[in-house]
Amino acid sequence: MSDFETVAATENQAARRGPSGEPGTPNQVGAPHKPRSLAGDAWRDLRRNPIFWISLALVVIFTLMALLPGVFTANNPNDCLLSRQHAGPSGGAIFGYDFQGCDTYSRAVYGTRASLLVGALAALGTGIIALVVGMLAGYFGRWVDAVLSRVIDVVLGIPLLLAAIVLLKRVSSDSQWARIGAVVFVLALLGWTTAARVVRSSVITAKEQDYVAAARMLGAGHSRIMWRHILPNSLAPAIVVLTIALGSFIAAEATLSFLGIGLKAPTISWGQDIDTGRIHMREAALPLIVPSTFLALTVLAFIMLGDAIRDAFDPKLR
Amino acid sequence: MFRYILRRLLQMVLAFFGTTLIVYALTFAGQGDPIQALAGERPVTPAQRAYLTEKYHLDATGVGGFFYRYVDYVKNLLQGNLGESLTGRNIGDILQQAWPVTVRLALIALAVAIIFGVSAGVIAGIRRASIFDNSTLVLTLLVLGIPTIVLAPLAQFFLGVKWQLFPPTAGSDPTFYALLLPGIVLGSLSLATALRLTRASVAENLRADYVRTARSKGLVKRRIVIVHVLRNSLIPVVTFLGVELGNLMSGAIITEGVFNIPGVGFNLFRGIRTEDGPLVVGIVSVLVVVYLVSNLVVDVLYAVLDPRIRYE
Repeated sequence: MSDFETVAATENQAARRGPSGEPGTPNQVGAPHKPRSLAGDAWRDLRRNPIFWISLALVVIFTLMALLPGVFTANNPNDCLLSRQHAGPSGGAIFGYDFQGCDTYSRAVYGTRASLLVGALAALGTGIIALVVGMLAGYFGRWVDAVLSRVIDVVLGIPLLLAAIVLLKRVSSDSQWARIGAVVFVLALLGWTTAARVVRSSVITAKEQDYVAAARMLGAGHSRIMWRHILPNSLAPAIVVLTIALGSFIAAEATLSFLGIGLKAPTISWGQDIDTGRIHMREAALPLIVPSTFLALTVLAFIMLGDAIRDAFDPKLR
Repeated sequence: MFRYILRRLLQMVLAFFGTTLIVYALTFAGQGDPIQALAGERPVTPAQRAYLTEKYHLDATGVGGFFYRYVDYVKNLLQGNLGESLTGRNIGDILQQAWPVTVRLALIALAVAIIFGVSAGVIAGIRRASIFDNSTLVLTLLVLGIPTIVLAPLAQFFLGVKWQLFPPTAGSDPTFYALLLPGIVLGSLSLATALRLTRASVAENLRADYVRTARSKGLVKRRIVIVHVLRNSLIPVVTFLGVELGNLMSGAIITEGVFNIPGVGFNLFRGIRTEDGPLVVGIVSVLVVVYLVSNLVVDVLYAVLDPRIRYE
């Protein structure tokens, strides 16, 4: 959220500074109250939106769970005894035990870390690719834009799940970090296109602004204009898209792990637990329901958070 | 129009070669020893090795050899010769048996999306900001956010195993009833998107000038909505549903796997599970082609349906 607030603050200042050409003259003539900026309006909308608060609370809870799983459960997720296979709730295991005799709830709690890690890293990778490609295409236009836009079209046309299957089948290593890295790489490689389009269009809007012309007149180079002037003003929509993408990356990781080509055994992941729970659903339902609920809530939280922020910032909906 | 279709066709040919090249390079090229991989743990006699090397031109090394084998692969793919799975079955035969089931499932899913999604979308678009509109928006957000790997097993457990409203799994020759629940699960995602698209499109068209004209002519609201607004609002929905049909046919891996439906996705699911490399590559290659063709058909359909779209 901190980046987002910085952007909101700069926009506020820009609005207060008033139209270019009258440096120092405040925008409000005769009116004592502050002019209402887009970010201010959006924040007022968001404050009254219950979906925003619910999803924000969920995101905070799951982030805490990923960082400090020990706070949420006292049981070790790898403490499995076949003798208590599918046993009912007892002791700290509030949702009973799964097929291997592990604590269902504890496994779900510890599974948060891998899911959020993959989601966040994939969103970060996506963000970097999208920013570079979108910035270059939007800023330079002409043939750079033409080439990069075609590349976006082609990558957008690749079905994500099928491509991920082909790519991940190549990864034979079973080490924990190699698999996490591979899944992140595949998701970032295939998922950056939407964000890149968003960055491109906001860069195109931003580069026509007066402050860019002013910076150019003062002799600023391309890279300085791009990173110091255009980037801060076109970051906000990209961050919203990336929040939604983070949710769908978590879902994609779980799907790949479910299929058996994503994260593997020593790593605890919801996708795998859902798969084993599904196979034994007739004997015990909780090992299926618990990780399913965790996964669905996490994905929903990120998607709804991004959706709420985007709606608040879209003046057309007002 | 003709030139537009021609250009899209040429683009598709490029995309076809691009994607098959990537699929091929990632799966076949660069692996250790293909002959040993084919034989598994068993030893390979020099005679067998020489025969296989000759047959698949494995002695040609470097870029030339790579492209020679790639051309071979594409040639086989275009002739419908997909080779054999590790269990010795012809992949073409497997697909031939699987397609009808997958198509039936996809059509059920599409019907669910059209019947519920489009009609609810029209109502929500007309009554914007009503209780119905707001509750459908929240519901669609829920559906869009819940992954299939959660939705499919939970639907199977609650509706199939616990309350026994539907058969929990489909057998080798599934009936319509057995395909209904998987069809609803598969179609729910397209339903939610179709609903949102229809709603946005209807709400936008209701504000258009021609609607005001129609209203000032004294037309009744029913006629305005059905004849004027719907015809214009459904253009993006139709194209979306076209893309979806392609997606549904290729994207049913999870649903078919969970509900045990012997379609294309199920075979891919099993191929991944049993590490059957040739089967996975064969199916993925075919699905990529299906995906590309359905995208092309939809683009052309879009241009035909909406005269406002210009093509140079």
